[in-house]
Amino acid sequence: MIRFVNASKRYSSGFDALQNVNFHMVPGEMAFLTGHSGAGKSSLLKLIALLERSSRGQVIVNNQNLSKVPRRRIPYFRRNIGIIFQDHQLLFDRTVYDNVALPLIIAGFSHRDIGKRVRAALDKVGLLGKEKKYPITLSGGEQQRVGIARAVVNKPPLILADEPTGNLDPELSAEIMDLFQDFSHVGVTVLVATHDIALISKLSHRLLTLKDGKLINDSQPAA
Amino acid sequence: MKKQHDTQARPGFITLLRSYFIRHIQVFFYSLGQLSRAPISTLMTCMVIGIALALPAGLYTLLKNAQQLSGDWESTAQVSVFLKKKVRAEQALKLKKDIQRWPNVISVHYISREQALKEFQALSGFGDALKALESNPLPSVLIVKPKLSSSNNEQTTQQLLNKLRNLKQTDKAQLDMKWVRRLYAIMNIVERGVLMLGLLLALAVLLVVGNTIRLAIQNRRKEIVVMKLIGGTDAFIRRPFLYTGFWYGLFGGIISWLLVSFTMLSISNPIEKLTTLYQNQFELNHMSLLTTLTLLMLSIFLGLVGSWFAVGRHLRDIEPQ
Repeated sequence: MIRFVNASKRYSSGFDALQNVNFHMVPGEMAFLTGHSGAGKSSLLKLIALLERSSRGQVIVNNQNLSKVPRRRIPYFRRNIGIIFQDHQLLFDRTVYDNVALPLIIAGFSHRDIGKRVRAALDKVGLLGKEKKYPITLSGGEQQRVGIARAVVNKPPLILADEPTGNLDPELSAEIMDLFQDFSHVGVTVLVATHDIALISKLSHRLLTLKDGKLINDSQPAA
Repeated sequence: MKKQHDTQARPGFITLLRSYFIRHIQVFFYSLGQLSRAPISTLMTCMVIGIALALPAGLYTLLKNAQQLSGDWESTAQVSVFLKKKVRAEQALKLKKDIQRWPNVISVHYISREQALKEFQALSGFGDALKALESNPLPSVLIVKPKLSSSNNEQTTQQLLNKLRNLKQTDKAQLDMKWVRRLYAIMNIVERGVLMLGLLLALAVLLVVGNTIRLAIQNRRKEIVVMKLIGGTDAFIRRPFLYTGFWYGLFGGIISWLLVSFTMLSISNPIEKLTTLYQNQFELNHMSLLTTLTLLMLSIFLGLVGSWFAVGRHLRDIEPQ
């Protein structure tokens, strides 16, 4: 699903965000990406979502070599990835329903389909009945779940999460992680960037550790 | 299993096409709704567009009226043929009859030397001075009215003039239309001026719409970022802004039409009074349906183009970080 081959990212300032990163994730796999701030977690996720392009090496996502995706195809490529952000990136002038429906509207689903899928996604994250509310009236944990519903409403084969539990207390964080595990059980590849060591240690998943842009550890869970 | 597959499937072509049109209609009204949420600033932008367009549109309408009015004057064109002094009255009357039979002549009026003198004495104010003269210095005159067709006036009158000039009895023939010609020349200049003014103000409208849309893009920066993150194409993100430009253009056009109509209405009475004083029947023409439609189309076009430029320039700059 995701394959990095000697991928490097150097910014125009000369800073090497990633150096010779190699790893491979199969469909349905769930992994954590850790490291200190500035270790390159965000850069790695940006390469996968085509927010940035690698300076050297290959990044292959969903059997597509990302260096060969032209700019105008990027939106279509991104529709296959559900991205979850630490700051949710919700639109506060729209209801929960409209926020979650946005990817479907963009993809051109019919009105009836949109209603079904949005309710299914909200049901999945436990927010059914809050469709008409505005995100600002929800708690931090609920807002994050709206973000997750929006990321999965399109049923993408790949979910990327950047510090999804950054602002949440341990209990809510565990709930969010449970959701991610559920998705990976139905075949979705999930990559979660986090520095919440306590949370990672409780769950047995593959762990990718970055330090100064290099992948220093790739450990499979102890079976 | 089949059902599972169905829910995973991407929308089909027909669904996509239908969604596309529905989306257009939604955005059409959504962008209108967005504008109505800030009625004051929307109205101000539309007023600026309206005033900018009303100026050339109003001048154009007035110019058309002036052209029509001077077209009426052209029908008063006449050629004065001054006959040689040795031509006697009977000869002059015979010539009058001959000329009357020419194909492009409506009428010929004969003014004898005595009549001419009387008229001149009465009208010029030199009456006493003329009495001092021993003989009548004035020639007899034939006033020839040319037949005017809607096209080619100038050429036919010129031909007639030449023909009259070449008569052996003619001393001098002149067309009493020089001032109309001059008026035409002036109006040509004014027309160019209105055109230039219109072009400049159209440019101003482009800039106004472009700037307004630029601000709208900046205000909705976050929304654009989110759209890009979840796979919105440039066309999808551009669409609401283009429709906003459309609305600005439409409302601006309507305002300019209202301004011009109101102005025409308010000056039509005084103008009619003025023309009555000149013993002229003249009714001020308001904007025709065609001109109105052209104005609206042009205004909408400017709104669209202005927002297109703004969106093209600024949308690319906004990329998710």
